[in-house]
Amino acid sequence: MKHFSGDISIVLGGAAGQGVQTVEELLVNVLKREKYNVFACKEYMSRIRGGSNSTEIRVTDKKRAAFVNRIDFLFALDKDVLPHLKHRISSKTVVLGEKNKIVDTQELHVIDVPFTRFAHELGNPLYTSTVAVGVALGLLKADVVIFQEYLRTHFARKGDDIIKKNLEAAEKGYVFGKHLAYSEGIEVVMKKNETVKNELLLDGHEAVGLGALAGGCDYISSYPMTPGTGVLTFLAQKGRALGVIVDQAEDEIAAINQGLGAGYAGARALVTTSGGGFDLMTEGVSLAGMIETPIVIHIAGRPGPSTGLPTRTEQADLNLALYAGHGEFPRAIFAPGTLAEAFSVMVQAFHIAHAYQIPVFILTDQYFVDALTTVAEEDFPFIAWQQHIVKTDALYKRYAVTENGVSPRGIPGYGEGLVGVDSDEHDDEAHITESAVVRVAMHEKRLRKISGIRDEAFLPTEFGDVKRADTIVVSWGSNRGVLEEALEHLLRDDVAGVHFSQVYPLPKAAKKIFTRKEIIVIENNASGQFAELLQQEYGVKVKKRILQYDGSPFSVEEIIERVKILL
Amino acid sequence: MIDKKLYDMPLHTDIAWCPACGNFPILTIVKHALAELDIAPQEAVICSGIGQAAKTPHYLRVNYFNGLHGRALPPAIGIKNANPKLTVIAESGDGDTYGEGGNHFLHTIRRNPDITNIVHNNMIYGLTKGQASPTSEKGLKNPLQPNGVVVEPFNPVAVALAAGATFVARAFAADIAQSKEIVKAAILHKGYALVDIFQPCVVFNKQNTYQWFKEHTYSLDETYDKMDKMKAMELAFDQEKFALGVIYQETGRPTYETLVREGEEPLFLRKQNNAEMFQQLLQSFK
Repeated sequence: MKHFSGDISIVLGGAAGQGVQTVEELLVNVLKREKYNVFACKEYMSRIRGGSNSTEIRVTDKKRAAFVNRIDFLFALDKDVLPHLKHRISSKTVVLGEKNKIVDTQELHVIDVPFTRFAHELGNPLYTSTVAVGVALGLLKADVVIFQEYLRTHFARKGDDIIKKNLEAAEKGYVFGKHLAYSEGIEVVMKKNETVKNELLLDGHEAVGLGALAGGCDYISSYPMTPGTGVLTFLAQKGRALGVIVDQAEDEIAAINQGLGAGYAGARALVTTSGGGFDLMTEGVSLAGMIETPIVIHIAGRPGPSTGLPTRTEQADLNLALYAGHGEFPRAIFAPGTLAEAFSVMVQAFHIAHAYQIPVFILTDQYFVDALTTVAEEDFPFIAWQQHIVKTDALYKRYAVTENGVSPRGIPGYGEGLVGVDSDEHDDEAHITESAVVRVAMHEKRLRKISGIRDEAFLPTEFGDVKRADTIVVSWGSNRGVLEEALEHLLRDDVAGVHFSQVYPLPKAAKKIFTRKEIIVIENNASGQFAELLQQEYGVKVKKRILQYDGSPFSVEEIIERVKILL
Repeated sequence: MIDKKLYDMPLHTDIAWCPACGNFPILTIVKHALAELDIAPQEAVICSGIGQAAKTPHYLRVNYFNGLHGRALPPAIGIKNANPKLTVIAESGDGDTYGEGGNHFLHTIRRNPDITNIVHNNMIYGLTKGQASPTSEKGLKNPLQPNGVVVEPFNPVAVALAAGATFVARAFAADIAQSKEIVKAAILHKGYALVDIFQPCVVFNKQNTYQWFKEHTYSLDETYDKMDKMKAMELAFDQEKFALGVIYQETGRPTYETLVREGEEPLFLRKQNNAEMFQQLLQSFK
C-alpha cells in the first residue's frame, strides 16, 4: 500500500506540443472546482515542438505557493520524460505512462496507462490530455460530475461531438485512475477547502496585468520577449474593454519612448519585457528621469547574460533595474512574491510613478509569471486611483522648483499653458540651458524626490517571531512562497523570515529588524544582488547567502537543507 | 487665421543656429503654417530628437517633447494615441530620422498615424561637426571619410513610398511660400505625412549649397497626378533633379489612432468608471 496525504506533487512531462499545457489547464481548473488547494508551475524549453517540458501541480491541504523537488505522481507522455526528470524521481514516485514509451533504469513503480489505445478508441490523439486528467482525478477520487460539467463548459463552443468524446475520454481516465487504489494499492487522502471554489485562479502574468488595470493603466507599448510577453498579451486581450491602448512596437526602444510620449500627454503607460529587451530600453529610463515623465516597467527575469536561457528563471536583473540609465535620478523597484502582492505592487507602482514622475520597475521572473494558483477576490480590490495632473494657466512652468522636488505636472491640451519636456538639462520652462546654477537646482530638485518615495515604501512581510529569532532569512520577489514553507518545516524558534516586495528604496522603519541578527539572503542569482543592496541600504552585514543560478527555481527541500547547513 | 505672433518666442531668446542656417526659414514655415491653419499653440505638440534641427521646438511657443536621438517618432505616436485631438508634428534632422531612428521611420509609416513628419535634410551631420549623414551624396569628403563617402545615400522618398506612406512631399527651405503650403497640406492630411525639406548647412556642407539645391530641384506643376504611386516612385528614383511638391498622396486609409482606440476622448479625461468592468473581468477567473 502506498499512502499519500496532505501534500501531493503531480508532475506532467512530455514534448512541446504533446498537450502538457492542456492537461495542466484542465486539471488545475477542475481541482479548483473540486475545492482542492492547488498550485502549478512549469519549466519548458525554448522550442515550439519536441524537447522535454514539465509542469508541477501541487494539491495541498494547506495553501502552498512553492516548487517542491519531490514527484509523487509522474505522468510521462514520452520517453524523454524520465531521463529529463530523473534527479527528482525516487522509489516512492508513481510513474504513469505507456510501458513501451518508458525506459526504466531505476526499477521504478511504473503503471502502464494505455493512452494510445484510449485515444485510438476515441479517434484522435488529442483526447490523451483529457484521459490523463481523468486518471489524476480518479486517483484523488474527485467528484466526476464536477469534471464533466467543466468539460461541457470548456468545450461548449467546439460542438456536441467534441464534448461527447471528451466526456468519454474523461470517463476512461477516471475509471482507470480510481481503479489504481485496488490494482496498485495507491491511496490518496486530501482535504478540501470550501473557500477555494470561489477564489480567482490566476497566473503571475494575469495578476500583474490585473494590477496594472487597477492602477489605472491605459497604455502599453511593448515588443514580445519571453517571459515578459504574457502581460502584453493579457492587456491586448482583456484591456481594450477597459480602455487600454495596446501597441506592438517595432523594438523596445520604440516601446519605451512611445510609452513616455503617451505619459507626457496624460496616459498611464506600462512597458513589459525581459532583461535583454530592457537593455534596449535603458536610454528611455534615463529620459524618464530627466523629463520627469511617469513610466512603469515590468521586467520578467530569465538567466543571462545575453540570450542566456530564454525560457528559464533567474533574479539577476535587480542591479540592471537599479542602475539602468546614465546619470542620477530617483526610481523605485518592486518585486512581488505572491499573486496578491503582484496586484498590490502594480497598483502602487502606478501611484509612485505618477505621484513622483519617475520610472518605476516591477521585477518578476519566469517561475513567477508562469506559476498558477488561487487567490481570494478581496486581495484584488479596485480602488479609484489619483490623477496627478494639473490644469495649466498661461504662466505655467513645467519644472517649477519645489520643496519636495515634485513640480505640478501639466499635459498638452489641458489649460492655457504650454508644456515642454526636454532631455537636455533645462530651466523651469523646459528650455535647454548650460547654466551651472540652473543645472544644480534642477538636479537637486529631481533627486529630492527620493525622500518622499522612501517614506511611502512598502514594509516587508515577516514570518515567525522576528524579534526573538537570532537568524533572519530574507527573500525578495518570487522566493516568498518557498521561504515561508521551508521555515514552517524547519520548526526553529530561533529562525524567522523577512520578505521584501519593494526592494528599492527600502523603508527606513524595517532597518531595525536586522539589528544584531545573523542574516541569510536567498536569491536566484550568482552574486547576491539583493544581499549587497541590503548592506548598502541598511548598513548591515550579510554573511550568508543561498544562491542558485541554474535556471530553475529553488525547491522547498533545497531551502530547508541549505538553511540547516548555515545555522 | 490666428495671429502668427502667438508662435513667436520672446526677442531675447538665444537661438543656437548658425547665421544663415537653413533651419531659420523652416522655423518660419512651421510657425506660419500652424497659424494659417488656425491651430493654437496649446493644441499642437512638436516632438523632436537630437541635433540642430531637433532644437526647433525651443524656438517657437508650442508644446514640445524634445526627446532622444532618433526617437522623435515613437513619442509622437504615443501622444497622438493618448490625445488624438492634438496636432502632432515630429520634426528632426536627416541623421536623427533616417539614421538613428530608421527603424521607427519604417514602422511609423506602416501604422499611418495622423502625424506630420518634417525632416530637415541637409545631407550632413552639423552638430557633431561635419560627418556624413544617411543622405550624404556618394563621394562627399568629410572628417570620417577623407576620401569621400563610399555608401549609397538613403532615399527617404522611395523608402516612405515603399513602406506605404499616405503622404510624401519634398520641399526646399529657401522657398518659404511653397514650403509653407506643402507643410500645411501635410498637417491637413489625415495620416502619416512626410515632408523631407532640403536645407543647406552653411558651415559643414560646402557641396550642397543654396545654389546647388536651386540647380538640382524643380517644382511639380498642377498637371502632376499626386495619386499615381508608380509615377511617384519614378520621381523618387531620380537622383539628378529632385521634384519639389506633394509627390504622393493617398486618402481614405484609416489612421492608427482610430484603429487602436475608441473615439477621440483624451486618456487623461477617462472617467474612473471601470470598477464594474473590472469586477466582471475578475469573475472570469473563477
